[in-house]
Parts: sequence; C-alpha cells; structure tokens
Amino acid sequence: MLDWLPPNVSTYGGEIDFFFHVIYYITAVVFFLVAGAMIVFLIKYRYKEGRRATYTHGNTTLEIVWTTATFVAMLILALVSKPLWGRIKQHTPMTQSMVTVQVTAKQFNWEVLYPGPDGEFDTAADSTAGTLDDYQVDNDVHVPVNTVVRVILKSKDVIHSFFVPQARLKQDAVPGHTISAWFEITQPGKYEIPCAELCGFGHSGMLGQLYVHTPEEYEAWKNEKWPPAPVAAADSTNIEAPQQ
Amino acid sequence: MSGTATKSPDAHAHQGFLRTYIFSLDHKMIGKQFLILGLTMLLLGGGLALLIRWQLAYPEKPLPLIGASEQFVTTGDPDSTSSWDRTWTEWLSKEEKEQNWLTRNVPQGVITPAFYNSLFTMHATIMIFFVVMPILVGCFGNFLIPLMIGTRDMAFPVLNMLSFWIAVIAGIIMIAGFFVPGGHAAAGWTSYTPLSSDPQWTGVDWGQNLWCISLIILGISSLMGSINYITTIINMRAPGMTLFRMPLAIWSLFIVAILLLLALPVLTAALAMLLFDRMAGTHFFAPSGGGEPLLWQHLFWFFGHPEVYILILPGMGIASEILAVFSRKPIFGYKAMVWAMVAIAFLGWIVWGHHMFQSGMNPALGTTFMVSTMLIAVPSAIKTFNWLGTLWGGNIRFTTPMLHALAFVSMFVIGGLSGIYMASTPVDIFIHDTYYIVAHIHYVVFGGSVFAIFGGIVFWFPKMFGRMMNEKLNKIHFWLTFLAFNGTFFPMHILGVGGHMRRIYNPLQYEFLKDLQPINIFISICAFVLGFTQLLFLFNMLYSIKRGKKAEDNPWQANTLEWMAIYPIPHGNFAALPTVYRGPYEYSSPEVEEDWLPQTKKLAASAHGNGHHG
Repeated sequence: MLDWLPPNVSTYGGEIDFFFHVIYYITAVVFFLVAGAMIVFLIKYRYKEGRRATYTHGNTTLEIVWTTATFVAMLILALVSKPLWGRIKQHTPMTQSMVTVQVTAKQFNWEVLYPGPDGEFDTAADSTAGTLDDYQVDNDVHVPVNTVVRVILKSKDVIHSFFVPQARLKQDAVPGHTISAWFEITQPGKYEIPCAELCGFGHSGMLGQLYVHTPEEYEAWKNEKWPPAPVAAADSTNIEAPQQ
Repeated sequence: MSGTATKSPDAHAHQGFLRTYIFSLDHKMIGKQFLILGLTMLLLGGGLALLIRWQLAYPEKPLPLIGASEQFVTTGDPDSTSSWDRTWTEWLSKEEKEQNWLTRNVPQGVITPAFYNSLFTMHATIMIFFVVMPILVGCFGNFLIPLMIGTRDMAFPVLNMLSFWIAVIAGIIMIAGFFVPGGHAAAGWTSYTPLSSDPQWTGVDWGQNLWCISLIILGISSLMGSINYITTIINMRAPGMTLFRMPLAIWSLFIVAILLLLALPVLTAALAMLLFDRMAGTHFFAPSGGGEPLLWQHLFWFFGHPEVYILILPGMGIASEILAVFSRKPIFGYKAMVWAMVAIAFLGWIVWGHHMFQSGMNPALGTTFMVSTMLIAVPSAIKTFNWLGTLWGGNIRFTTPMLHALAFVSMFVIGGLSGIYMASTPVDIFIHDTYYIVAHIHYVVFGGSVFAIFGGIVFWFPKMFGRMMNEKLNKIHFWLTFLAFNGTFFPMHILGVGGHMRRIYNPLQYEFLKDLQPINIFISICAFVLGFTQLLFLFNMLYSIKRGKKAEDNPWQANTLEWMAIYPIPHGNFAALPTVYRGPYEYSSPEVEEDWLPQTKKLAASAHGNGHHG
C-alpha cells in the first residue's frame, strides 16, 4: 500500500516514510493476528448441537499482560516519534546558505515574496531609505536544490495549509500568526503546492508550483527576476512600495 | 424519583393517539421516535454522500437522471432531442432571482464547487448529529435503559419527550438551511474560523447561522437526555441490580451520558461565540479584531474528541451484548471492559490537540498530545482482546446481529490501528487533511457505530416490534453492506497515502493525483452499492413490522431484563418489578441445565449465583 506514496525528494521525508513503514508493519501484524485469531475462533467454536461453551469470566494475568504490552508499545512509539517531530517542526536548521521565502496565503493563491538581493524583507522604513528590492509573484516558489529553505507562512483571510506532498511538508497558514516551516529538497524538479485546508469555494485548485533549481539555474532565475540591488541613496524616496 | 415512573402500569392504560404515538411519555415510544428520526436523516445524509461520490468519480459531469446532456455541458449547445436540455435551457434563461434551487446548486445537473462544500459539510453534520447520535444514544438509550435496569420509565418522562421534540425542531432548522439564499453551511462540519465566522469568505449567510442555531438547540435536547439517563441509572435500578451487574450496554450509555453532559456545553459556548462573531460584530475568532482563529479549534475539538467516543462507546456496549449472547459465554473480563470505558472517558478529554498538529499550535504541545493519544489506544486494545476472549471457547451462533457485531469488532480494529498513524506526529504531517483521515473516521463511525446500529436494531427488533426481521434479507443486507463498505472505505487509505486531500472538489486539477482517479471511480461505484443496499434494510424493517414472524418473548435466549418484559410491553414495562440475582452474562453456567441463566431467575440455595463479579 505504501508504494502509493509520492516519491520523496526532501531530506527529512525519508525519515517520515521510515516511521510510516514501521507503523505500517506493526499495525499489519497486529491486524492479521487479531483477525486471524478471530477467524480461527469463529471456525473452531462455531455452533454445534449439544456442545457447551466454556464457562469463564476472564483471566486477570492475561488482562495485565495485554494492557502492559500495549501500554509499553504505544509509549515507545510516541517517544521514538518525538525527536523527528522536533527536528521538522520546532527547530529550523540554521545554515549559511539558507534561503528564506515568505508565503502569504489568500483566497485562492499563494502570494510568494522573495527578500531580493539584500536578503531582508523590506519594511516601511526601507521605503524611506530607498532599499526596496523584494520580489513578489503569485504561486511560483523558486528555490535552490540541497539548500535549507525557510518558509514564513502568513494568511490574509482564512486558514490555508501549505502542502508539498513530495517533500512531506504540511503546515497551516493562520491569519494573525506568522508560522515558520522549512524543507530541503534533494532533487531538482517541479512539484505541486496544493492547499490542504478547506478555504472556501475555490479551495480545490488552489495550487502553487515549487521549482527546485540547480545552483546555476537558481542564479540565472534570480538574475532575471529579482530587482537589482538598491543603491542606498537618500533621494530615492519616490520608489513605490511593493504590494504587500 | 418522579411520580409517573413509580405508578403501576394500569395508570397508563388507554391513552389517546396523540399521547401514545406523538407526545408520548413512554421511553419505548420515544426510543422508536428517535429511531425514525435517525433513519429518515440517514436517507438524507446518505444521499448527500452519493452526490459527493459522483462528483469525485466523474468531476463536473452532469448527474444521472436530472443532468443535461454532456454536449450541453461542454459546448453550451443544448441537444434538441434531450428533454432535460430543454428544461435546463428554460430554467437557466430566467433572471437570477427567479431561478430555482436546482439551477443555483446544480446548474445543468453539474454540482457547483460551493454546493459541493455544502454537501460534505452537511453529510458529516447530519450523519454525526442527526443519525448516529439519535439512534445510538436517543433510540437505544431510551429503549434499553429502563428495560435493562428493570424500572418502569425514565426518571423524568416529560423531559424525555421534550428531548425528542427539541431534536426534531433542531432537525427542521438544519434542513431549512438548504433552502436559504447563499446555500447551506459550507465550512466543513468542523467549521473552522475565520472561514465560518465571516460570510464574506464563503458567501454563505443564513446557512451557517442556521447550522449554529440548530446545533445549539440539539445540544439542549442532548443535555435533557443525558441528565435523564444519568439520574435513571443512578437511582432507579431494580432491586439487586448493582452497578457491576449492569449490562455493558448500560455502562456504555451511562458513560456517554456523562460525556454528553460535560462536552456539549463547550460546543454550545463555541457555537454561541461563532454566532456572535457572525451576527453581533464580535471578534472572538477574527484576527482583524484581535481574535484568535485557533481558539475555535481548541474549543471545537475539546468537545469534538469526547464526541467521537460518544459515537463509538454505545456501539461497543451493544456489540458486547450481542457477542456474549451468541457466543453463549460470559463476557471475558467484564470489569476490565467497564474500566476500559471509564479510562476512555477520562483520556478522551486530553487528546484533542491531535486534530491540531499542523494547525500552528505550538509544536511542543504536539508531543504531549501524541503521548496521550497513543495511551488512549490502550483501553481500546483491552476491549478488543476481551471481545476475542469472549469468542474463545464459545458455541457461536451466526445470526445477523452476531455478524454485525463481528463486523463491528473487526472494522473497529482497522479504524483503531489506522489511528496510530496520525497519532505519530511526524507521520501525521503527511496524512493530515488527506483521505487517510476520511478512511479512519469512516472505519470508526460507519464500520464501528453503524454496524452496531444494524446489529442492535436486528437484535432488539423483537422487543421493539414484537416480530422478527426477515433473516434472509438481513443476511443479504449484511454481506452486501460489509463488502461494499470495505470497497468504499479501504481504498481511501490508498488515496490518503497518495496524498489526496480531503474536501477537494475536483482531484483532476492536480498533476500528482491523476494516477489515483481509477481508485476514486472504484470507491464511488462501491459507495452507490452501499447506499442502495441500505434501502433493503429499511424495506425489511417496514415489511417485518407488519408481516414479520411473531417473536417469542426471549427469542435469543438472553439473560438481561429487557427479555423478561412481555410484548406488547405496556407503559410501565413490568407487571411486578424484577429482582436481580446475578450479573448479565451467565451463559453456559454449570448451575443450570440450559445454556442461559436470566438475571431474574432465583435458584434454590444458590451459593455462587452471583457469578464471579456479583
């Protein structure tokens, strides 16, 4: 069944898939044991004229054994799941080459903002300083391969969910919150970013594209699309602020 | 104790039609009324599901029977030979204000995205609040509690009657939502804010308001019921009916009543806040006014997770009754079964965050909720193992109720095991909001609760209507349902693994889902079979009420008190209140010749008559 998973292309996706498989095998074994026992009992103890059922009210040892066994198994499963969860959702790895994009969800598009050559998202103060160089586009996320990408998620209206199936990343974008997520993709290519949280009548089809470039391609794309690095000149106050 | 409940049966004789059938104070009639309400709404909720499945298998294709020709839909040119094309042309040519309900929601027979969102919102709302709860809690709770604990009626019969009629009012308001301008609620049954809290995001106006109002009213009905159940079970048990001699069905309903009493006020409060946000300009959930959208999710799931157990616990109780009767064995680990349900009822309050792992809630909390969620698997496992223990060494009779109970156990096992995937926070990142979740909830609520409902109806039908249901039709219905159910819901796991999101209108809009479309078509075909099979069950019920074989008083040779009441059971139930001498599951006891030993049967010099758990 797990062959249906979309091919994984992210660094931590393989670890998620590993847990998926571990739980799959554990639950499959439990299911076949329970279903097998049930079928055996149903056949072996099917109604026979004149036979009398075993008169028993249970067995305390058995109760203790299966309660403890399930308890321990469940606790272990929770504890081994914890570190990976922490790595994905709690701590974004800080690397020198890290790339940051801001994704603002709105009915029914992803508004993608790149910091531009200065590496900083522009603020109101920048417009007076004349350092406006952010680049904004709807639905297209361009990132380099083998690089940690931090996604700053916001929403303008309702809750959306940023989902990259092949990267095994999903994170809701909530109005009023700024939520940080990250991924690192190991294979160049084009991947889909559907919205995974119902966001209105246009929810279906709210879809972005993730372009993962080789370093050369990424540089070429930046050179083509990003505005030139601003000259920090005091007299360039009339530059229009980019749409926010 | 209220007066009505303690009077002798004669006091209730010869009441008029209105008092007997409509505004009845008799818990048995009220139970049947809840059954009719639930089954009627089942037809509606099921119909909505079939429309959803049509759209997913054949996206944006005209519906069968009422749809225009494909030529008309794709090219805009009506086919002159098609009468529906002529009708649609005529309807669509009218001014927007004068258009009818169909042209607004399914123009040319094609479901619109907005209507699709209403469809899955209302399918879930109706199935959860107006089918499973009225039948499992309303019908079985009312019918069984006084009979099985050996009393004449509920503690508060008038409250009981009001509880039903208030539920009807809630149902009417809920259905009315389909016909208001803007359409019915379309923000999902979970109605996440701010999508649900501001009409500008969905275009839905009064639909969502009525949704809130209906559920607030239904909450009042459920509170009345739960207070009644708790009071009745605590105060009115027959002499000798100690708590640990109560059947597990009664234990489950008792625990569910407590959960209802504690959970519903939370929902009511949340719904009132939502309604204020929509209508009175408050900003509880709207960040534009300083509100917090996640607050809704916390409140909703703080109610919502206990709600899941409200839906499944009575099923567990019913399945336990049926398994013991047809295995001809005492329940294995009766006390473990009770304590497992108590444990579920406690743990159910501290797992709600597992619905919110990807919501933006502090991820550190995710770990806490993962641990508590993993732990709630333990009592569920205990119950499963004890059901297997009950089958072990039995003398198993494969009647239809038994088949449904066995289906309940096996489907609940699948639904329980699939829950472990989403409890594990890293795995949940991928499967959250996919069809994996849809598969999981349907294995629990359909595979669990609904099979228990079928089992319970067939099992207690002789006590409710004095006749047996047709066994051959029942068997056909069971096997078709069992196969079509698995054909419908098992492949949804595969869709989820493939990343197929829930609540999307057209899967073909996504490149990565294209390969999954044949599975969607297969699921829909199974769903149509599943849906239409249920008509067979309804037919069998109606047919058997009129023409079924007359039932003996104790056709299954069961031990519990309801089988000691003589059909037609009068208002007041028992000529003389029964005395209870032992636990409910003394099957194949060595003390008697037969393989059953009713709770009321007094044995001469019975030293061990109480069983091991008396």
